[in-house]
Amino acid sequence: MTPWSDGAAAYCDRCGEPVCDRDHTECLAHREMEPPRYCPLCRRRMVVQVLPRRWSARCSVHGEA
Amino acid sequence: MTDVAEILEVAREQVLGSGRGLSEAQLVEVLRLPGEDLPALLELAHAVRLKWCGPEVEVEGIVSLKTGGCPEDCHFCSQSGQFTSPVRALWLDVAALVEAAKQTAATGASEFCIVAAVRGPDERLLAQVRAGIEAIRAEVDINIACSLGMLTQGQVDQLVEMGVHRYNHNLEAARSYFPQVVTTHSFEERWETCRLVRAAGMELCCGGLVGMGETLEQRAELAAQLAQLQPDEVPLNFLNPRPGTPFGALPVMGPADALRTVAAFRLAMPHTILRYAGGREITLGELGTREGLLGGINAVIVGNYLTTLGRDADDDLDLLAELQMPIKELSKSL
Repeated sequence: MTPWSDGAAAYCDRCGEPVCDRDHTECLAHREMEPPRYCPLCRRRMVVQVLPRRWSARCSVHGEA
Repeated sequence: MTDVAEILEVAREQVLGSGRGLSEAQLVEVLRLPGEDLPALLELAHAVRLKWCGPEVEVEGIVSLKTGGCPEDCHFCSQSGQFTSPVRALWLDVAALVEAAKQTAATGASEFCIVAAVRGPDERLLAQVRAGIEAIRAEVDINIACSLGMLTQGQVDQLVEMGVHRYNHNLEAARSYFPQVVTTHSFEERWETCRLVRAAGMELCCGGLVGMGETLEQRAELAAQLAQLQPDEVPLNFLNPRPGTPFGALPVMGPADALRTVAAFRLAMPHTILRYAGGREITLGELGTREGLLGGINAVIVGNYLTTLGRDADDDLDLLAELQMPIKELSKSL
């Protein structure tokens, strides 16, 4: 199991702010048309690769989103 | 029943009848048309597109070869190294470029554009582009375009020699508004690259963005300045406000304004390939693609953009089939 799948997200993967600090509904809506930018576990900015029909995002510590 | 606006009557005769684009002053009138005239305006723009360009739609995919870390300060762009954008720098390897070209070709697209976030290409970037083009050519049957920033004559010559079919370099904004959008280079520098590309015989792809706080007059000015360049293709982008950029808090353009702009650009440039580019999903929503394709658009970017995601390519292809708009074949663009 990856650390992504255990529901332990502490940070919003769009804005990088703590998920418990405020409502991130707007971020969630934006995420429909954006790849994630921050690691939800450690808030590091991820390396994101966007291709025409897929994307990938990788945290240097926690791996692929 | 209301009378048809006078500018629409003029446009019908001048653009539909004679193939002559509207002037900047006439475009201002078009952009000021009230909402009740929008259906008639879109219908006219569609008729102009069908008469002067035909029913075909040119499909293109794009990919970012070099993402982020750009020294320029284009205020709409999340890839500038001058802003606190969450986009991290990344280079794509040749294998990923080939994969992106294959994904694009699988949609039936005839165009694949390799893009880099740079002021202009250095030797390392040109070497990567050359390697990428050679690898794509060996495996994928598709036209290759590039967008690598401002060029010198020598760099233009190298791209021609590599067989680059079309070069993208947008004006971005009208000359009068450009200093509010970019301060690290000038409108004239962009214009010069476009001129070099045309003079070298490459197809010129040159468009811009709307919804960046410009006036209607400046929107008309952009269309008129583009028309003066006579580009083969005009990609029309709508601002998608990016976090961390100077334009990050601007409101998204309203859909009626966006559609009016589509139609105005078609009436300014009746013969060009007018492409729906970035921001169409967030600006126009689900119905916008259909309305645009029935309002002057004759080209789309399918799939994802450079740093954001697009509609599912299959949704666009299904829509084209439903509208009975054939995808332009590769052989017809060679």
